[in-house]
Amino acid sequence: MSMIFGVPLAVLSGQLLIGIINGAFYALLSLGLAVIFGLLKIINFAHGAMYMLGAMTTVLMFDYLGVNYWVALFLAPLVVGVFGVVIEYFLLRRIAGQDHIYSLLLTFGVALIIQGVLINWFGVSGLRYTMPDMFKGGVNLGFMFMPYYRAWVIVAALLVCFGTWFVIEKTKLGSYLRAGTEDSQLMQGFGINVPLLISLTYGFGVALAAFAGVLAAPIYSVTPVMGSSTLIVVFAVVVIGGMGSIGGAIITGILMGVIEGLTKTFYPPASSAVIFLVMVLVLMFRPSGLFGKEA
Amino acid sequence: MTMMKKLLTSAVASALMVGGAQAEMSDDTIKIGYLADMSGTYRDLAGPNGLKALEMAIADFGGKVNGTKIEVVSADDRNSPDSASSTVRRWVENENVDLVAGMVASSVSIAVSKILEENDRLGIISGSAASSITNEHCTPNHIHYVYDTYPLANGTASAVVKEGGKTWYMLTADYAFGHALEGDVTRVVEANGGEVIGTVRHPFPTQDFSSFILQAQASGADVIGLANAGADTTNAITTASEFGVTQSGQTLAALLLFLTDVHALGAETAQGIQLTTGWYWDMNDETREWSDRFMEETGVRPTMVHAGIYSSAMQYLKAVEATGSDDAQTVRQQMMDTPINDMFAKNGKIRVDGRMVHDMYLAEVKTPEESKGEWDLYKILRTIPAEESYRPLSESKCKLVNN
Repeated sequence: MSMIFGVPLAVLSGQLLIGIINGAFYALLSLGLAVIFGLLKIINFAHGAMYMLGAMTTVLMFDYLGVNYWVALFLAPLVVGVFGVVIEYFLLRRIAGQDHIYSLLLTFGVALIIQGVLINWFGVSGLRYTMPDMFKGGVNLGFMFMPYYRAWVIVAALLVCFGTWFVIEKTKLGSYLRAGTEDSQLMQGFGINVPLLISLTYGFGVALAAFAGVLAAPIYSVTPVMGSSTLIVVFAVVVIGGMGSIGGAIITGILMGVIEGLTKTFYPPASSAVIFLVMVLVLMFRPSGLFGKEA
Repeated sequence: MTMMKKLLTSAVASALMVGGAQAEMSDDTIKIGYLADMSGTYRDLAGPNGLKALEMAIADFGGKVNGTKIEVVSADDRNSPDSASSTVRRWVENENVDLVAGMVASSVSIAVSKILEENDRLGIISGSAASSITNEHCTPNHIHYVYDTYPLANGTASAVVKEGGKTWYMLTADYAFGHALEGDVTRVVEANGGEVIGTVRHPFPTQDFSSFILQAQASGADVIGLANAGADTTNAITTASEFGVTQSGQTLAALLLFLTDVHALGAETAQGIQLTTGWYWDMNDETREWSDRFMEETGVRPTMVHAGIYSSAMQYLKAVEATGSDDAQTVRQQMMDTPINDMFAKNGKIRVDGRMVHDMYLAEVKTPEESKGEWDLYKILRTIPAEESYRPLSESKCKLVNN
């Protein structure tokens, strides 16, 4: 068997594929953050909590209402998105135009409250969610056993990422959005309801996090604390990609998944730190991030 | 008149009893501090429900020992030795806490026992795993009650090797507890003629285990040993089942699993996994009866740690009652002299190093067909006798043992 740095090629290909799958999660999550920051200039520290809410909603809707996975894939982001709109309308709107630190602290507080309340109700051991039958099993690719569900994660995440990028960068609605945040008074003069647009954008951003949560529900332990550790990594991804760069967030997300996967193979103890190492290097040599425009 | 006489005599007698007892008591309250992770990764195995178990013990004692009232204070240690140390220092130095109970993260227990030794107070550790707590870190001021890494490795690893799992690949949580467990497992595997052919040390905590599971699969080992705990273990087991580990002929050995972890996984995912436990709620009428009461209070079935907290608190209060004293050494000696016979342990003994030695159990998670309810999860395969379970005193590095 051919070897690369003492690791069989087959194992390495498997690790690359795993890296891409995890990268797809990072891409989805950082995309939502980038949309919210890019268009609203809000540093959304509640993003991890929204990811967790997406997963929790999926499990609870199944347990109490019998809602299946496919319906949850649409319904959970919708529920969490509406929740996001409510938060934007009643809380974030009041500090619009203030320094970034205000939105950071506010969303951080919201996240802690949501997490604390859910811990009280459900504990931390995790809720059970059974994988939908059609995804059970997998296929042997020769170099690794590929569970069907992981393949679906890549497809679903990439479709949603591309769709979001397309809407914001290439359509008329996207141009309204971008213009509305540049000069909201002028846009309102054109008869466009900018406050509504902003609420919906925040709702959409957190719905993306919730979508990632639904994808995560069958494969990770669904617990009220699942978002908090993920959030910091995802922030690092956004910083590396360039705050607010939508395409940058997607590409960097996948890239970081792969780098982390390779580290898990060659030197596992460093795997939780490698993304931050990359972040430090990027900030030293390209402070605006790999894909950032402004300095 | 006789009535009056009787009343008088009994009044005098009880006044004497109370007076006699109080002479030995340092103050007018027995104060128990409950310290545990109340909100983090290890919350469910002890946490707020452990406090309930402690309160059940006090209620069963009538809220008083020899007329002295019993009081409970509690705190969240956040799995941080620093935060735990400052809490316990305040408890013993300013608030006259007599006993610290609970304690989960091994690092917390080791830090707290040092403070208890400085101040000569007592601690009963129910949640921690590291066997070093009564070995190199032993003190005359604490007792380790429920289980430790030594019997975990002895029970599970030797059973799996004897069933033909000769080559092992270890997934180890990269901190003190994981290293200790990995060491104990390696010793047992090699002693039984097996071999550890690879190890990967993963960061604590890790959400995605797919990469590590893939490496373990590629190693071709008979057994994948999980030397981690809590969410790390449940995540690793879920991922292993998704990647078809058992279908490809490999066995999973989870060295530390609590009932709450297995409940979170469900019988479907966890079926067939062998584990070592210090206690299980559905073993006999005594355990079931207590568990029913616990469930009425909390809505869930107790883990071995919950049961241990109740049992150890009862032992402590009985010792205070018998000696009429709240002095740490007097009470500890009384507890060592009294064998433990209750719903938690039969003929359990507290050794000079502070280790409570009792029978352990090798269990297997039931299949969904066998399981008759959401908490009907284990079948007990074998009782591991106390003397076979724990590290013998002859191998001890504890300063209280003359070797």
